[in-house]
Amino acid sequence: MALRASELKVGDTFEERLVEDLKRTQIVMYAGASGDYNPVHTDEVFTTKVAGYPSVFAHGMLTMGMTGKLLTNVVGDGRLAEYGVRFTSQVFPGDTLEAKATVTRVADGMVELDVSTVNQNGVEVLKGTAKARVD
Amino acid sequence: MAVEQFAVEASHIMMFARAVGDGNPIYHDEEHAANTEPGSIIAPPTFVQASAQFDPDYGLRPKIGGEGWFGSGGKPTGAKPRPSSGGASGGGGGGGGGLHAEQRYIYHRHPKPGDVLSATGRPGKTWEKQGRRSGKLVFSESVTEYRDQNGELVVTAIGVGVRTERPVDQK
Repeated sequence: MALRASELKVGDTFEERLVEDLKRTQIVMYAGASGDYNPVHTDEVFTTKVAGYPSVFAHGMLTMGMTGKLLTNVVGDGRLAEYGVRFTSQVFPGDTLEAKATVTRVADGMVELDVSTVNQNGVEVLKGTAKARVD
Repeated sequence: MAVEQFAVEASHIMMFARAVGDGNPIYHDEEHAANTEPGSIIAPPTFVQASAQFDPDYGLRPKIGGEGWFGSGGKPTGAKPRPSSGGASGGGGGGGGGLHAEQRYIYHRHPKPGDVLSATGRPGKTWEKQGRRSGKLVFSESVTEYRDQNGELVVTAIGVGVRTERPVDQK
């Protein structure tokens, strides 16, 4: 399951579809699990009439959490040492997200990856890096 | 954010993993998890964000009874928006208000059921930038340390929140 340094080289890529046609209910599930009940994520009336957005939108942390699935699927359970992202665009209900991780370095028992998640229009919604232990 | 006791529980991990769409059995199946390298259920990478549940003063959760909550009820908003405490993100919020700009975690180990974490936060840097789509942006960083029941560091979280002058232009 865990990655071996000898089987990795710089430039290797891993891709995964994180979600297709994101549903408002999944955003509600994330609000409930994380405890972040900001109405801009779940309350369409507040978000369109008061906050000034076209609809509710996903927590950045939901996108980070979904993208984390690609990383842990690649590096194996419990291997992640660092994971950091910038939220570069908002994610709305109906979005389909694809994540890609690219190996940038393999050294000293660690693999370093660039990670990027894009929506169905090719707009990057999350960009970051990760580091994990390898055998 | 300060959280005195964040008891990590298997059912909470299961619900969190479902919410992020991760069906990996290490997040819900004890028997499976026993045969993995970690040897037990562990939390998914962004789970400590849920410490907001254990922050008694967390600003993005309606108070019991709902009084003062700014989401919609009979009217589009129940109250004036107020500055949010934003939890470990050091931001969060909406409208011409706060958004989450960046988040980074350093894992000293991965939390697991039975851990009782505490979180202490401290403010980090602040800086400003002129945004193309939302006017002046004010960024502020916060650093949160999650320690276990033995005082050992488990996860370090660095969040950056941004307050925008106006809602982000969607074009």
